[in-house]
Parts: sequence; C-alpha cells; structure tokens
Amino acid sequence: MSPTEPSGAAHGAQGEPPDGPATLNLRLRVWRQDGPEAPGRFETYEAAGISPDASFLEMLDVLNERLTLDGQEPIVFESDCREGICGTCGLMIDGRAHGPQKGTATCQLHMRQFSDGDLITVEPWRAGAFEVIRDLAVDRTALDEIIAAGGYISVNVGAAPDANLVAVPKEAAECAFDAAACIGCGACVAACPNSAAQLFTAAKVQHLNLLPQGQPERWARTEAMVETMEQFFGSCTNHGECEEACPKEISIDFIAWTNRDYVRAKLKNRKLAGQS
Amino acid sequence: MALTGLALLGFVLVHMLGNLHLYEGPWETHEYAETLRDLGTEVIPRTWVLWALRAGLIAAFALHIHSAYSLTRMSRSADRRYAGGRDYIAADYASRTMRWTGPIVGLFVVYHLADLTWGHFNPDYVRGDPYHNVVASLSSLPVAIWYLVANVALATHIYHGAWSMFQSLGINSPRWNPLRRRLAQGFAAVILIGNLSFPILVQVGVIDDGGRSVVRERLEADHAVGDALAPPGGAP
Amino acid sequence: MIGSLDARLPEGPLEDAWTNRKFALRLVNPNNKRRFTVIVVGTGLAGASAAASLGELGYRVKAFTYHDSPRRAHSIAAQGGINAAKNYRNDGDSVYRLFYDTIKGGDYRSREANVYRLAETSLAIIDQAVAAGVPFAREYGGLLDNRSFGGAQVSRTFYARGQTGQQLLLGAYSALMRQVAAGAVDLHTRAEMLDLVVAEGRAAGVVVRDLLTGEVSAHAGDAVILATGGYSNVYYLSTNAMMCNVTAAWRAHRRGALFANPCYTQIHPTCIPAGDDFQSKLTLMSESLRNDGRIWVPRALDDTRPPERIPEAERDYYLEERYAAFGNLVPRDVASRNAKAVVDAGRGVGPLRNGVYLDFSDVLARDGADVVRTKYGNLFDMYERITGEDPYRAPMRIYPAVHYTMGGLWVDYNLMSNVPGLFVAGEANFSDHGANRLGASALMQGLADGYFIVPYTVGDYLAGRLGEAGPGTDHPSFAAAVSETDASIARWSAARGSRTVDWFHRELGRIVWDHCGMSRSAAGLAKALAEIPALREEFHADVCVPGSAATLNQSLEKAGRVDDFFELAELLARDALEREESCGGHFREEHQDAEGEARRNDDRFAHVAAWEWAGPATEPIRHREELEFQTVTPTVRSYK
Repeated sequence: MSPTEPSGAAHGAQGEPPDGPATLNLRLRVWRQDGPEAPGRFETYEAAGISPDASFLEMLDVLNERLTLDGQEPIVFESDCREGICGTCGLMIDGRAHGPQKGTATCQLHMRQFSDGDLITVEPWRAGAFEVIRDLAVDRTALDEIIAAGGYISVNVGAAPDANLVAVPKEAAECAFDAAACIGCGACVAACPNSAAQLFTAAKVQHLNLLPQGQPERWARTEAMVETMEQFFGSCTNHGECEEACPKEISIDFIAWTNRDYVRAKLKNRKLAGQS
Repeated sequence: MALTGLALLGFVLVHMLGNLHLYEGPWETHEYAETLRDLGTEVIPRTWVLWALRAGLIAAFALHIHSAYSLTRMSRSADRRYAGGRDYIAADYASRTMRWTGPIVGLFVVYHLADLTWGHFNPDYVRGDPYHNVVASLSSLPVAIWYLVANVALATHIYHGAWSMFQSLGINSPRWNPLRRRLAQGFAAVILIGNLSFPILVQVGVIDDGGRSVVRERLEADHAVGDALAPPGGAP
Repeated sequence: MIGSLDARLPEGPLEDAWTNRKFALRLVNPNNKRRFTVIVVGTGLAGASAAASLGELGYRVKAFTYHDSPRRAHSIAAQGGINAAKNYRNDGDSVYRLFYDTIKGGDYRSREANVYRLAETSLAIIDQAVAAGVPFAREYGGLLDNRSFGGAQVSRTFYARGQTGQQLLLGAYSALMRQVAAGAVDLHTRAEMLDLVVAEGRAAGVVVRDLLTGEVSAHAGDAVILATGGYSNVYYLSTNAMMCNVTAAWRAHRRGALFANPCYTQIHPTCIPAGDDFQSKLTLMSESLRNDGRIWVPRALDDTRPPERIPEAERDYYLEERYAAFGNLVPRDVASRNAKAVVDAGRGVGPLRNGVYLDFSDVLARDGADVVRTKYGNLFDMYERITGEDPYRAPMRIYPAVHYTMGGLWVDYNLMSNVPGLFVAGEANFSDHGANRLGASALMQGLADGYFIVPYTVGDYLAGRLGEAGPGTDHPSFAAAVSETDASIARWSAARGSRTVDWFHRELGRIVWDHCGMSRSAAGLAKALAEIPALREEFHADVCVPGSAATLNQSLEKAGRVDDFFELAELLARDALEREESCGGHFREEHQDAEGEARRNDDRFAHVAAWEWAGPATEPIRHREELEFQTVTPTVRSYK
C-alpha cells in the first residue's frame, strides 16, 4: 500500500489525523485459490502504512484496493456485519482461527495486535466439509444441514401460549443463552485437529435442550443433530481447541452435556417422557 | 471409547495394585496369582471367573482399538491440513499424541503377554512364578528401558483418556469440573509411579531372587516331602 | 402512470380494524395452497419469518438470500431489544400507548391503522419468539424481564443481553430451516436478486444471480415478497453490514413499484466515531447505554484535556440541561442533532474531535463495576476491542451514524406495493415508522410483517388468483429481464477504469452524508443533486471491475449495488428537497424554531411522498398519500 494511496475522506471525521501510534508495515502471506478444484498457493504481499486502529479486514480492504488498481484480482474473503455477530468472516491467521486475540472474531481483530514488520500468514478455514470456494472463502452449508436436522422447536406461527406461561429459572435461561451465543462461524471446526463440529452442534443442541420449551423434542433433536453432524465432520477427542478459538467463548461443557443427552436419547423410552 | 477406556482403566489400576505383591516376595506373589485363579471357586469351577474377566478385558481392548480406528478414520476424512501450519492453544502433548501412545501401549501389551504370560520372550520362564519371571525379564537393561518407555506412554495416554472420559460420558458439573483434571492427573501419576517402580527396583536389585525360582524350589520340595510321606508302592 | 394511491385502509375503529380486515381477507383452502408458489427475497427477520409461516401454511415457498446462510442477515446486529405492549411491569403500558408512542415518535408521518396493528401484533411476537426458544432475559422468578428503552417511559422492551436481534433471527431462521427440512421451502443461498419480473401487470417472478457461478436464472412465482432491508449503505459509512444494499428494492422500483419517503433516514446517536480514513463501517452500540451513561462535552472550545482532568463545572451535560424531562433519553434524532451541534461548534472530543463523551463514572460509583458488567459487559468489551480504550476507566466516545431507513417501497395496508402481487416486508417497506423509528421497534416490525401480516394478506391476493395460471418463466417478460441483467453484468465486468468501486462508493457516501445527513438545506440538497449525477457519470466511465463474471467476484457484485445507490441517492436528495419541513429523521435547516428544534408543517406535508420511476435521466414523479389522523392529534414533539 503506497502511502499516497487516495482514500475517500471518512465522513464524520473532522480535523487532522490523530497523533496516534505510527503506522505498521507488514508482509502478508495469503492463500490464493481460483476455485474449488484449482490448486492453491501462498502469495506474499506488502501492506505498508496500515493504521493500528484499522481492523484486520480493513487492512485487507486496503490491500485489495491496491491490487485492483495494479490490475490484479483482489483477494476474496467474506465478511458482512463487521461487528462480530453475523459469523460470516473467518480466517486462519498465523495458524489460529480468527487470529491471536481470544474471544474475538476476525472482523473485530484490530491491527494494534500486530507489530511493525510482522509476516502474517492468512489461510482459509480447512475441513473436509468446508470446501474452499475461492481464496479465503469456504462453504459452510454443512452447519445449516445440522440445524435443519433438528435445531428448532416445532411451534407453528400462532400456536404459541403466552410468553410468561412457563417460568424459566434464571440460571437455566442464562446457561441456554451462553450456548445460544454461537454465531455459526465455524471457527470450532477450523481450529479442531479432527475437524469436528462438536462445539457448534452442542451449542445449538443445548440452547434448546436447556429450556423448558425444548423438552418435547429433546431426545429426537439430540440424536438427529449429532448424527447429521457425523455425516460431515470428524469426531471429538476433547482437545479443547474449539473453546479457545470460539469468538463467543462457548464452553466445551456443552459438548459433555450433549454427549450425555445423546446416550440418554439412545436409551430413553420416549413414551414415558412425561414422567421424567 | 470412554466406556471401554473406563474398563481398561480399572484393569490397569488393579493390575498395578496386584503387582505390589512383588514387594512381599516370590511366594506371596505366587499366592496372589493363585488367588486370581481361585476367584469364585465357591460357586463355579476354578479359573472360570478369571477367564470371564480376561474375555471382558479382551473385548474391551478390541472395542477400544476399534473405536480409536473409526475415530481416526472419521477425522482423517474430515480434516484438511493447513499449508501454513496451525497453532495449538488448548491441545496438550497428551491429547495430541493419543494416536501414538495408544499403539505403543498396544504393542507393549503384546510383548508383555509374550514375556510374562506365554514366556516366549522370557529368558528363564517358570510357569507359576511371576516373581522370578519378572526378575528374569527386567534385569535386562534394554527390556527395563522398554518397560519404562511403554509405561510413560501409558500414563500419558491415561492422563488425557481419563479426563476425556468425563467429557465423553457427560460427567460435567460446575461443582466437580475442577476435580476432573486433578483426578486424571492423580490417576495417571499413581499408575506411572507404581508401574515404573518394578523395572527400576529390579534394575537396582531391590527385587531379586538371585536367578533361582523360589516358587519352583518350594513346590518341588513340597512334592518331595509329599512323595516321602506317601507309602511306597502304595499297594496294601 | 399511476392513478390515486389507495392504501386500502380498514374502516371503523382502530381497535377492531385488523380483526375486521383479517375476517374480510379471503382464504385459500389447504389443498389449493400447495398450488401457489410464493417467492421470498431476503431471509432476515421479516423474510425468514414470512417464508417459515407461509411454508407452515402449506404454500410452496422459494426463498432467496445472497448470504451463505439465512442466519447471517443484518437483523442479527440489532442489540437493544424488541418492544411489546405486554404490560408485564404493570407500569401503565397498553397497545394504545405503544401505538401512541410510535405515532408520536414517528413525528406523525405514519398511518394510524398500520401503527395500531403493529402495536397489537407485538403481543403475539413475544409469545412466538419465546415458544421458539429465544432466550430473553429473565428475572429471578423465571418470568421475562423488561427494560425501558430509547426514550420510552414504560418498560416494554424485551431483550436478550446485547444480542436481541441475533436471538430473534436465530428463532426465525430455525423455523425456516424446519420448513426447509420438511420440503416446504426451497432455499437458495448465495443467490442475489437482480431484477423483478412484471408480467401482465403483476409481479411474476425474479431474476437472480448465483454468486458462486455467476449464472443468471429466472424464477416464477404467484406472489413475490421482498424483505431485503434498508438502504443506509448509500452513506457508505453506516452501521449496516457490508453487503446491505438497495438493489432488490430499487430494481422493483424501476419496474414500477413506488418508493416512499426515501429522505427519512435514521441517525443512531450511540455509535463509535470513525477512527481513520479506511474505516469500512461504523459500529453501533445499543442505545440502552444511554439509560446509565451521561452525555457531555467540555464547555470550552478546543479543550484537549483528557476527560478525567476536566472538572465537573467545566463539563456541559447538554442533553440533561436542555431536556429536563427526558435528559439523556431523548429520541434518537434529537440526541443526534445535539451531538452534531456541539461537535460542529468545535467542542468534539477524541483524537479526531469527532465525538461526545458517554460517561459511566456515576453508575460505576453508585452500583459498582459488577452490576455495570452484567448490564453492559458485552458492549463495553466491544468498545474496548474496537478502540483499545477501557470504558470502565475512561468515558466512551460516541457519535451518530446512519443506522436505519424509514423510507422504502410504498405498500398499502396489506403490505402490497402498487405492483399487484409484489409484497414488501420489514425495513424494505416504508410502512410503520413514519419519519423516525422508536428504539426496539425494528425487530418488532420485521417479525410482525413476516409472522403475522404477510401470511394473511398474501393469501387474500392469491385467493383472487385461483384458477388463473400465472405466467411461467417462458413468458417473454422473463427472457427480457434475464437478458437485461446479463447485459448489465457484461457491461460491469468489462469495466477497466482507474478507480475502485469502493472509491466511488466512499465519494458518493461523502456527498450524501454532507448534504442529506443529520441536517439538510435547500442549497446543500441542490448541490448534492448536481454532484451525484456527475460522480455517477464518472463511475460509469472510470470504474475498474477486475475478474470474470463467471465466478465469485465481489467487485462485480459491489459495482451493481453501488450503481443502484447512485440512483437512490438522487431520489433521496430530491425527496428531502421537496419536503420543506423538519420531521423526525429529516431535519431541514430552514425549518426550525428559535431554539433549533424541528418545525413540522402539517398543512403542507402530512402526507407520504411516493415516487414513481420515470426512466433514467428523467425526473421521477411524486405521488402523495394523505395521512389522516382520526385518533391522535398531531402535536409538536416536546421532550423538555
């Protein structure tokens, strides 16, 4: 990025640039791949004059503008909300899913986490079920398949009783929320040496299994979602890498509870559900 | 994986505790072995219970290996490697080497059986004298080192396996969770210390029978006494 | 030409209007439902809930989203909450009060009947969401918690930590995936709608581009529902997601659908100020922060001392001083304009002097950090991640940013546009918020439209179509739409100019923000109307779109979207120029009182401006739908 690169003035920003920390000059080793079948390779790019206040993706934006003006194709990477909530973005940065900052999605990672002169390796997430579409973009539809298998409560619109009819203990509601915080980014899969999707699946299963509303379908849901997961992903060996990579810091406790629910789902006489 | 692992953990613990009889001496070790064969004789014929336990153990082993194989195959087909490498944050040495420590322990078990149960590899195998056989085998330095290596692998495997078992079986409650790691560490340490003590103490000479099978001598002596007491010829 | 605008408003007293309308709506019997195909474009709150409900009812639904999964739509980013007139707090709330607050909050520029229905429907939304497993905040007794939000004097906002939008969308998404699994909904992901097909005077289908292969295809349906969100990204910097765009709505507009009130844009007061020139978007922090944070700037001009060194007497808590009753909780437009005033006056804070302080030291001293952390922990963390500053120690810096657009495609009471068979739901329509939206009402409207209104009204439309086979994709209109789309894609993908799409987008955004932002003037708008077409011409001549159209090509996607933003920007400026009054999110500098408060002109402008596309480079035609207030009397909003 040449320092003279023009940029639209950020509106809302008045006055002179800040006397903040100096800019960063970085080298990026980025995975480029033209399509799912094409062979990929690393390309090295210079990214000079990057503001430490820029986000990682804004740094890539800057690089892409330069590539475009140089007559090259910009690096394909996905992002949308850039607030760490939609789960669209996700890069393997220096061997870590979502990069070095714990509990932070790639879009919320800021360049102040890096030092001047760093060589940063950027790769797409890799798993058998996550086919590389192009460059850093991968296909994560397998996660939707797991939801379609049972990640819902079957309640048709209009059939719901009053919202305060069933009290939910605050602890249970909070715990369900901890699971429901999953943004479906797939970092757990990317970080797992087994490419297992246990943390995603467990978060989705337990969000509903922990709530009273989720009880009628608890066993069927657990069985269906776990077995659908196994069609696409590897199996958990309890490394715990997923928990470290998760931008929402979802606990692997949910995996344990899902394992228990799965065993119980296999053994349960569901005709007696009303008694348990 | 976890269920068979649990069975195997139980075996490993009892096996190690049983072996402590080595510290009592050759005859006591022999009697312990006989006790195992005598289990349940009040009800069913001798050695049947032992064989049932052995059958269970073999089944657990087989299933454990089978599960490990399927898990590995699933992961291999699901996984794509990172061209730029990956960083490990939570995964420790034990969790990442399960697929190495497992086969090492498996090979060791085969060797161990061939050494002390079937006697093929034992330089001076005496049936019914475990104490002598252990000394005969472990007084060789390479064999002792092989036992050390295998038991370090076993303890590493157990450390991750025991903790992992809690997760896989869904034994997870905020109240007890901090204990799970410590239990796994403690268990692995007990097994490690117990099992390592045998080759080390043989090597330093604390466990030693001077190359004589005390049990054989005593049994032969008993035989001789018995012969002496029996009426010669036996014919009235 | 379009005749008079018939909003098909229900008759009779407001309380019974929706019930009566529902009874009057024709039904389609269960066996006939499966003969109809309904196309739903967009799978955010409104789209996912509409597609799920229609699937449950038995229609064949085709749902399209340009995301890789429906769960990613920008509804997900709404933090604060969702309103419902449950009155669980016994603090005097009621359907009527929510209706009244929404009408008043919208500065009397919305339809009474629509707003009443919205308030009425809010009750069922919460029931539905809870039944679907949305983990709303609860009290120790296990019942639902509420908070007061965005200037409301009752606590009627249901919330799920700072992630209410995400949790509600996950609820609607899971209902949608259930219908996908059941085969009722045919879900097309990574498929962007690029045109509406109108055949024989009705909406007959859509043209979509597969974003991975570049393939352009046509899909026929008996009705089309657009739930494609708002157009805040016309400003380039906004709190919207990177991909949010106006294209689907704009193409429908070009095919005849009227675009209503484009100048009603909402500026959200509590966003993180821009940090540098390469800022790609702005991040909003929930308005709930204003419940406990106190807003101030230094009294002195160009005061560069750090905040903790500025003594209490030298701080200007300008909202508290000016608006005694509401203080820091004045509506969004009021809070935003006041922030702009102090920053423009040279009293801004932060390295770029482009923000105001939002200070939590009082509540931290009163309740302690732990209490503050339970309420706002995730917002504080987010702020720290973005700015590198710790709000537990130093006050936050905030500044307004564009966040929501009240304008959108014109719809009647049944949420159908003037193009028969084209329905518009959620932020994409203009229906319920008037000139300004109340906090925690966007989620409410999206779900009301999708779960509870469109499923009825689409049925009424389809009942009238029984026995009439709709035009299939072999109709010439489809071929024409596809070839126009192909031609436009071919044109963009051949563009090899010297500037990037983003550069043009940023420049366009600067014009729109400067002249059609928080305050607007005739001179500024005239300037915008001159600058926008000029820049657009340059865009057409000099933009560079690298790569091929037959693969995933993000520059190509953006080029088409930015092109539509250019046309919309012009309409926005034109609408703002024509509306010679200040109301809600539209503030005309010529129309303010001596104290700088907005002055509405009910005599001339108590109407909806609905614009008709008249062709490229031709002035659009302004239609009016008069607003009649039978229940409430428009008053001057006062928050003092």
